[in-house]
Amino acid sequence: MTERSDRIATRRDENGLTLTLSGDWTIRTADGLDRTLRAVEGAGGRAAIDLSGIERMDTTGAWLIERTKRALQDGGMQVELRGASGDHTILLDRIETLCTEPVEHLPPSSGLARFLNRVGRGTIDAMIEARDLLNFLGITTVATWRSIAHPGRIRFVSLVSHLERVGLNAMPIVGLLAFLIGVVMAYQGADQLRAFGAEIYTVNLLGISILREMGILMTAIMIAGRSGSAFTAQIGTMQVNEEIDAMRTIGLDPIEVLVLPRAYALFIALPLLTVYADFMGLLGGATMSILILDITLQQYIERIREVVPIWAFWVGLIKAPVFGFVIALVGCREGLKVRGSADSVGRQTTKSVVVSIFLVMALDAIFSIFFSAVGV
Amino acid sequence: MTVAGNGREAVIRVRGLRTQFGDTVIHDDLDLDVLSGEVLGVVGASGTGKSVLMRAIIGLIEPRAGTVEIFGRDMKTLRARERREVERRWGVLFQNGALFSSLTVAQNVMVPMKEHTKLSQQTMAEIADYKIDMVGLPPDAADKYPSELSGGMRKRAGLARALALDPDILFLDEPTAGLDPIGAAEFDELIGELQQTLGLTVVMVTHDLDSLYAICDRVAVLVDKHVTIGTIESLLQEGHAWIHDYFHGPRSREAVRSGED
Repeated sequence: MTERSDRIATRRDENGLTLTLSGDWTIRTADGLDRTLRAVEGAGGRAAIDLSGIERMDTTGAWLIERTKRALQDGGMQVELRGASGDHTILLDRIETLCTEPVEHLPPSSGLARFLNRVGRGTIDAMIEARDLLNFLGITTVATWRSIAHPGRIRFVSLVSHLERVGLNAMPIVGLLAFLIGVVMAYQGADQLRAFGAEIYTVNLLGISILREMGILMTAIMIAGRSGSAFTAQIGTMQVNEEIDAMRTIGLDPIEVLVLPRAYALFIALPLLTVYADFMGLLGGATMSILILDITLQQYIERIREVVPIWAFWVGLIKAPVFGFVIALVGCREGLKVRGSADSVGRQTTKSVVVSIFLVMALDAIFSIFFSAVGV
Repeated sequence: MTVAGNGREAVIRVRGLRTQFGDTVIHDDLDLDVLSGEVLGVVGASGTGKSVLMRAIIGLIEPRAGTVEIFGRDMKTLRARERREVERRWGVLFQNGALFSSLTVAQNVMVPMKEHTKLSQQTMAEIADYKIDMVGLPPDAADKYPSELSGGMRKRAGLARALALDPDILFLDEPTAGLDPIGAAEFDELIGELQQTLGLTVVMVTHDLDSLYAICDRVAVLVDKHVTIGTIESLLQEGHAWIHDYFHGPRSREAVRSGED
């Protein structure tokens, strides 16, 4: 009985099983060979594998032959390889020594176990994260006090360079965003209030919401995405490069050299950007109001001054340095937590943006409660 | 795979290569032939562009002028599909292994197979297992991530990935740098053994004189933007000051002595 495939001929007779192999046995041809060979079965007796017809062989081909030999031996057969050329023998002898013990891989865990594992790990990670951040806040506060006591140790060059990057360079995008928010709010507000014949209140809506909440929130979210993530990636890459370890051995404090200039820069830049965003937001609102409410710029400005208390502006602005400091802190903290690889830089950068935006929102809620308690 | 030692035709042929970054010229009018089945060492002082030469050959850097022919085909004129055909016939080991950090060692070794073959998942996993064993890594390394490995193990894992498709040409960028002397000697032995059993052509950028004496058939020295190529014996007679100092320095004499033992 003889079965033929392209390069494998199988014959069973009184002498047992004979596999006659021919042609190329390389990784390019391995796919078809692999499937045919898996189907070869033998139980007891003798088997011979004739290799004299093989033209080219690489490690993959040699390994396919070796694997078949082992499978037949496990089935209780006596297997003989014959007819291999000198070079092929060297290759087969080398492969014969490999993976003689079955390799045990980690079993993939089941769906439910993995889910529970993730939930548990996530919960504990969140708690560790909170503790670490609090710890880091403490370390940074101490370092801040120290630098205020010795202003000579503040890195002014670094501070100015970061101010430019996080503040000045962010102006176009922050301005555009605020302007568009103003346009959208004016349009939507006017649309809804028209139903009550109260279109003119659009200006109240615009003034208070932009100054109190939208200006600062939009700016903080933008900066968390833009600068907080950049801090994490910069410091994280330095961590991978062992630059931070090098700093420590030279006696430089990474908190003082890397964290404080960034924290101060955002502490200063975010309030400035917020004032600018407030202005651009009101300008966007003005543009839309002039177009759809039929009022002049003069009237718009007068109306704003009449109905929007100056406190609305200060409420927005007071939050800005706090948000800035928190964003910088989270960004730097996540960067310092990077361990070893590019993958880790990516993970920490994502975390940095998520955590800082979450904290900005949570702090904003706390501020709201505080301000309503004190009655502004 | 053809057998080492029979064919002496050039598998890599570089002609008139010129590379530069900005105004800095790294190589100028450089010619280089790598013969089938040989181990070629590439040496040179720091900054002479050893790695740049390797990168220019494998197409990671576009040369300003000149041609690179691999298996007799000009890399610049190849279409994307033909390029892939050539690419699957070489394996590259980068200096620090360049393993994909989000994948385990076994998954790293399987990446080229997934990309270039239609083998079943099970077969690829089996091939990865024996490749990992072949480069001398313990079986439990297969499920580890690169960040959990030591530098030497990462190099071995990188080599396993480079060998995944049973390439004809193996490019090694400083394979023994950063390894301890015993590990480096083992690595040399491994490369030599693989080269002999598989009939590979190996191009090896190195600073390690022991490697040169242990496994290289010929050595290409990068000086003055050109290549001087020959066996170590012939380079020992070379008059150029840097080449003379390199092969007659105290470290070189030490390597010769230990090679003779």
